[in-house]
Amino acid sequence: MGLDFSVVPDYLDVIFLGALWTIAITVCAGLLSFFGGIFFAVIALYGNAAVRLPFRFFEWLFMGTPLLLQLFLIYFGLVQIGIDLPAFVAGAIGLGLHFAVYNSELIQTAIVSVDKGQMEAARTLGLSRGQALRKVVIPQAVRDVIPPIGNNMIALLKDSALVSVIGVGELTLSSQLAIGRTYRPFEFYAVAAAFYYLINVVMEAVLRRLERKTALSR
Amino acid sequence: MDVDLILKVYPHFIKAAWVTVELSVLTILLGLVCGALAAAARLSRFAILRFIGAAYVSVLRGVPALIFLFLLYFGGPQIGIQLSAFEAGVIGLGVNIGAYMAETMRGAIISVDKGQAEAARTLGLSRFQAFRKVILPQAMRLMIRPLGVNINAQIKGTALVAAISVVELTYTAQRYIGSTYKPFEMFLLAGALYLFIITLTGKGIAYLDRKVRLP
Amino acid sequence: MANSEKFVEIRHARKSYGSLEVLKDISLSVDRGEIVAIIGPSGSGKSTLLRAINDLDSLSGGEVWLDGVQINKTLGHREYEKHINAMRQQVGMVFQHFNLFPHMSVRDNVTMAPKLLKGISDKEAEALAIEQLNHVGMLERIDYYPSQLSGGQKQRVAIARALAMKPKVMLFDEATSALDPELVEEVNQVMKMLAEEHMTMVIVTHEMDFAASVCDRVIFMDGGVVVEEGAPEQVFRNPKEERTRAFLRKHLSVHGKG
Repeated sequence: MGLDFSVVPDYLDVIFLGALWTIAITVCAGLLSFFGGIFFAVIALYGNAAVRLPFRFFEWLFMGTPLLLQLFLIYFGLVQIGIDLPAFVAGAIGLGLHFAVYNSELIQTAIVSVDKGQMEAARTLGLSRGQALRKVVIPQAVRDVIPPIGNNMIALLKDSALVSVIGVGELTLSSQLAIGRTYRPFEFYAVAAAFYYLINVVMEAVLRRLERKTALSR
Repeated sequence: MDVDLILKVYPHFIKAAWVTVELSVLTILLGLVCGALAAAARLSRFAILRFIGAAYVSVLRGVPALIFLFLLYFGGPQIGIQLSAFEAGVIGLGVNIGAYMAETMRGAIISVDKGQAEAARTLGLSRFQAFRKVILPQAMRLMIRPLGVNINAQIKGTALVAAISVVELTYTAQRYIGSTYKPFEMFLLAGALYLFIITLTGKGIAYLDRKVRLP
Repeated sequence: MANSEKFVEIRHARKSYGSLEVLKDISLSVDRGEIVAIIGPSGSGKSTLLRAINDLDSLSGGEVWLDGVQINKTLGHREYEKHINAMRQQVGMVFQHFNLFPHMSVRDNVTMAPKLLKGISDKEAEALAIEQLNHVGMLERIDYYPSQLSGGQKQRVAIARALAMKPKVMLFDEATSALDPELVEEVNQVMKMLAEEHMTMVIVTHEMDFAASVCDRVIFMDGGVVVEEGAPEQVFRNPKEERTRAFLRKHLSVHGKG
């Protein structure tokens, strides 16, 4: 069959739109995974046993099973209980929750390693535990985990390809759309790969800058 | 929870779990080979090998595994590569995880203290002898745990071949979700099997790590 | 050989990192059986000079000779590798941070290189390990691993490891600087013993007392040049150069000795 990239320009607008959706879902799921990660970490460390234990189980389940399986659960599970979410929302929730669990692990370690004295100092000033966490401990912990969370965000970008399976029209699915019309899988997957690689490179560059900045502020 | 359904379908899941195990073993073995070669290339004194190693790591780590898998399976025939879905899964995912393993191995090797190589070279060992006798044995111990993280990720990563219809655990769960409309039950069934495989592997890696630990 | 009495000879050694010159045209020689101490402030180039003797740090210019053979010959990559490995077998080196192989027992630390490079049998290797470890008083630790030893013990094993290759010369790069004060003496004792056996030694050190009591000659380096050299009594008691005097004033007063 051979390769023929001349059909690619006709579909660049479709691919480009797909890339924008990939960026959109990466940002949405990324934000969810970040704040979800903080929330989960606080529950895991400070929640009472009735909350903590089920959470630990949930965490164990999510870290030990494939993301693709989790996406199927969320997409079809929500439908079953009568919540019919658009694929994009289901995909963002699935990706976001999955990575929130991984981020939570990082944030827990970071919170524990923030000096106990910091909490004591804040409590001595009269802050409540929640205030001390919010104002003193978590900001320091978050700064420490920016590099590893950044790496998770890059992993999230690449895993966002999986949401094509539940019908989110992102880069992978829009490439498949073009392939369906042209029967040129190699060309369009190669183009998709190039787009992913490009976004990846940009994200890494931003992360390296962020790392340097946070390294300076300590 | 529909226990009767679980009891009815679980043999199919067990069978599928064996395919997942098979995929895991093969992709991990291929990944270790690719990783070792790429790590060696990246540490070579020849610039061309360093470039090839770095390009492999950068490209494979910069592109989703799913896209690489699709490129190989659907695009392969256009460049004369005809593979079954299973073969494409093993090769695609193995080559992909190899890029991550290469970084793990390289990291372990370069974290061995520089004085070790100096001491070995001072005794008259060649570069290669120093690597084989002094650097590698220490690096191997350092890389067991981080390779364990790669292996854990890859066991879950085998689920991607569901997208090219290899009948393994995730594909099986997906089909049964479609036919039974019982997503939670099917998720728990497949999830339990994944957790079993992953936990067992994790224990094996921890055992290995303890066993080779230095006094 | 024309210069056999000059056992180790360094001719016009130069070394620079970019625009920073760490060795500026240094020439010196060490006789067979002679014990030479190199002293000087940190950054004076003394460690670099020592490491240049077995080409661990390559010189930018100049020659290093051992027993009539040039160590840093100009050869193609392959031939040079062979040559330098053969030369290094004849030059023992002891490091500040020991650099024992942590994955090997004390025995294997001592015998690995002789077995690999000289092809000696297991039996000969065992005898060699016993001989060398006994020599440095570490025989009872033969089955230990480096992590189970004190710093002084580690350094004694490192000396045994170097001696097991039967080197023509031993280089000591601040061998006692990383040790707790109470462990320095056991290592010094071993080095003194080697001196009595007429081992040729080049010793980079901060310990003026040790240099004065053991060495035949002291070389004071500063700023990449040899400022002064001579017998220990002369350099320590009666230094000719102002820079030497300044260094000794500072250094000896720190230790409260003079």
